[in-house]
Amino acid sequence: MSNSKDIKLVDAPPGVEGSGFFATQLDTVVGMARANSLWPLPFATSCCGIEFMATMASHYDVARFGSERMSFSPRQADMLLVMGTIAKKMAPILRQVYEQMAEPRWVIAVGACASSGGVFDTYSVLQGIDKVIPVDVYVPGCPPRPEQILDGIMRLQDIVRSESVRRRNSPEYQELMASYNIT
Amino acid sequence: MALETSVIEEKLTDKFGDKVTGYIQLKDIFSFEVDSASMADVMGFLKQDPLLRFNFLTDVCGVHYPDNSIDRQFAVVYHMHNWYDNVRIRFKCFLNGEQPEIETATNHFLSANWQERETYDFYGIIFKGHPQLKRILNMDEMVSFPMRKEFPLEDGGRTDKDDRFFGRKPDNVNNN
Amino acid sequence: MSDLLLPPEHRYAKMIEQRQNEDGSELSILNLGPTHPATHGIFQNILLMDGERIVDGEGTVGYIHRAFEKIAENRPFYQITPLTDRMNYCSSPINNMGWWMTLEKVLDIEVPKRVQYLRVIVMELARIADHIICNSVLGVDTGALTGFLYVFQYREKIYEIYEEICGARLTTNMGRIGGFERDWSPATFKKINDFLEDFPKVWQEFENLLMRNRIFMDRTIDVGPISAEKAISYGFTGPNLRAAGIDYDVRVMQPYSSYEDFEFDIPVGKSGDTYDRFCVRSAEVWESLKIIKQAMDKLPEGPFHANVPDYYLPPKEDVYNNMEALIYHFKIVMGEIPVPKTEVYHAVEGGNGELGFYLITDGSRTPFRLHFRRPCFIYYQAFNDMVRGQMLSDAIATLSSLNVIAGELDA
Repeated sequence: MSNSKDIKLVDAPPGVEGSGFFATQLDTVVGMARANSLWPLPFATSCCGIEFMATMASHYDVARFGSERMSFSPRQADMLLVMGTIAKKMAPILRQVYEQMAEPRWVIAVGACASSGGVFDTYSVLQGIDKVIPVDVYVPGCPPRPEQILDGIMRLQDIVRSESVRRRNSPEYQELMASYNIT
Repeated sequence: MALETSVIEEKLTDKFGDKVTGYIQLKDIFSFEVDSASMADVMGFLKQDPLLRFNFLTDVCGVHYPDNSIDRQFAVVYHMHNWYDNVRIRFKCFLNGEQPEIETATNHFLSANWQERETYDFYGIIFKGHPQLKRILNMDEMVSFPMRKEFPLEDGGRTDKDDRFFGRKPDNVNNN
Repeated sequence: MSDLLLPPEHRYAKMIEQRQNEDGSELSILNLGPTHPATHGIFQNILLMDGERIVDGEGTVGYIHRAFEKIAENRPFYQITPLTDRMNYCSSPINNMGWWMTLEKVLDIEVPKRVQYLRVIVMELARIADHIICNSVLGVDTGALTGFLYVFQYREKIYEIYEEICGARLTTNMGRIGGFERDWSPATFKKINDFLEDFPKVWQEFENLLMRNRIFMDRTIDVGPISAEKAISYGFTGPNLRAAGIDYDVRVMQPYSSYEDFEFDIPVGKSGDTYDRFCVRSAEVWESLKIIKQAMDKLPEGPFHANVPDYYLPPKEDVYNNMEALIYHFKIVMGEIPVPKTEVYHAVEGGNGELGFYLITDGSRTPFRLHFRRPCFIYYQAFNDMVRGQMLSDAIATLSSLNVIAGELDA
C-alpha cells in the first residue's frame, strides 16, 4: 500500500465552517463530486485508442483522476471520449451512443481526427465530431500523448467543477441540443 | 529459383495461346496480361498445374486508366505466389470502361471474396458469379465509385472548413 | 436477387422464421459491435444465435474507412509515410520501413548495411510491441487483467526508444528514402540494451501467468480453429497462418533489409486455434529479441543514409547557408523528385502478416495507384467461418487472438 501521506485529497470548496457544520453552495459541492468521479466511455476507433490504452494502463493511470471504472455502457457513463477517426458510416452510431447517455454528459474529442477530421480530408470521413454531437473539450495531437489526454480530462474537470446544477435546464442548453436535433 | 519464368511463359502460351500476352519482367516480379474472358481459367491453371503450383492469391486490386482507349480503361491486378518454389507473378486483366465485368476468383480462392467486394466498392467493377457482391467499406447508399479518377478526394458537399484558411476559392463563405 | 445481398438482419429474420416453422427452434439475432468493448476497434458482426451457440454470422466493416488509397494518389511520395503509420498503428515502424523499401525498389537505391541493420532493429521492436498488445489483450478478454497492466509498462519502454529515434511515440513517421533522418544517438542504444536486459524476464513472467494457466487454456484451446488448407485459401499470413502449421514468413521467403544475415526460427503451431496463435506470437517475441541482439552485436559502422542527394533531404545547416542545398530541399519537400515509370510490389512481414505495397508510378510527383495489401482485411473474412458452431464467448477470444486492427482493416 502506498504511504497515506502521499495521497492528495481534494480541497474543500470555499464556505463557512464552524464546529459541527460546514456551509457552502450546492453547486460547488455537486461540481466537486462530479468532477472527481467522471466515468469515461472510451469510444476508441483507431490510433488514439491505442494511446488511450496506454493512458489507462499502469504507467499513466487515468484512475488517479477519478476515472477508475471504464464504462462500456453509455447508460452509466459521464464522459464520452471519442478517440480516432469517425467515418461517415460511423457517425449515426456515435450519435446514438451520445443519445443513450444520461445527463449530465460531457464529450472530449481526443485527437485531430475527432476534432476536425485531421489529415483525412476525404469523402468518407466526418470532418470533426462536432458536426453531430456537441463537444466540451478538444485535445489536439495525432495522436495526443497520454499526458495530453490526461490534460484534456483535467480541463474537463475544470468545466464540470464550475458548472451550474441548473445548466442542463437552461434555455441556452436546450437551444444547443436543438441545434443538433437531439431531444 | 527452381521455376524459371520462361517455363511459366511457355506453359501459358501452350495452353492459352494469345489469351495471355505481354510477358515482361518488372523489377522482381514476372508479369503478363490476361484476356479478361479467360481470367478464371488461367488462374485455375496456374493454381492446379503440377509444375506451376501458384497456391496463394496474394492480392487483388483494381486500377483505373482514364486515358486508355475505352476497352482498356479498367484493370484488375492479381498477384499470385508459388510457395513451393518461391516465385511471385502478377497479371492484369483490362476491362471495358463502360461495362467493367470480369469473372470472380472466389471459386479458386476464398480470400478473393472481400478483395473483390472492395474492388467493386472502389471502382464499380462487376465480378460475375461472386456470391455477395455489395459494398464493403463505404455505405450502401453511396452511388459513386470513389477510386475512379474522376471522383474528387474531398467531399464536395462539405461546409465545415473555411476555405479562406486553406488558400482555396471561398465558395462556401459569405464574404460581402 | 440473392439473399446474401440483403442486409444480414433481414436475411436472418427470414431464417429465424423458417427454422421456427420447421422444427420450432427459437433462434435470435445478436449484434456484436460496432462499439462492443471486446472488439478493439470497430467492426460489426451480426450473429444468428441458437442460445449461446453461433449459427451464422456476417461481418460489416468500413466503419473507419479513411480512403488511404485515394489520399495516396493525391500526395507526393514523402507525404504517404504518415498514412502508413495510421494503418497498423500498433507497429507503425514496420509500415514506414516497408514503404521506404518499396520506394527504394522503384528508384534502385542500394541502402548501406548499417541502415538495413537499424531498420531490422526497429522493425523487430515494433513486432514485439504489436505482439505485446495482442497477447495481453487476449488475456484481458479471457479475464486476466494483470498481465496487461504488467507488460504495458514495457511497451512504454519501446515507445521511449521510438521517441529517441524519431520523436514520436505511436505514429512514428520514421525514416527517409535511403535511410534515417539522423543517426541513432548513444542514448537510443543504451535504451535498447536496457530493454534487452529487462524485458526477457518480464515476458517470461507473462508467459508463466498465462501459458500453462488452466483457465486460460480452457478458454482458448480448440477455440476458433482453422485448418491449414482453409487458412491458405483465405489468404492468411503471419502469426495466424503459422499457428495453423505453415511456416510461411516473408522475412525468410524473400529476405529484405538483410534478414538473411540473422539466425532465427519460425515458430509454428499445429491446430490453428486461439491458444496456438497466442503461443506463436509469444514465441515470435523471443525470436525478435534474438534478432535484435544479433543486429546490435553485428551493427556495422557507416553512414546512416544512402548517398542519394536527389531524394534525401540535405542537412539543415546547408539548407540555410547553401543555394544548391536549399533548392534540393525545396524540390524534395514539394515532391518534385525524378521517379521512373514502373510497377513494383514489395512485401514485408508486418505484425499481422504479409504487408504488401503495390505501387504504380507514372513519372509524376504522386503515385498513379498505390494499393496496400492489408493482411487484416484479407484474413478477417474468415472470422465467421471460424466461429460458426462455437459459443459466443469463444467468438470474443477468437477475434482478439486474430489481432484485427481496425485501421488496417478499413484502410
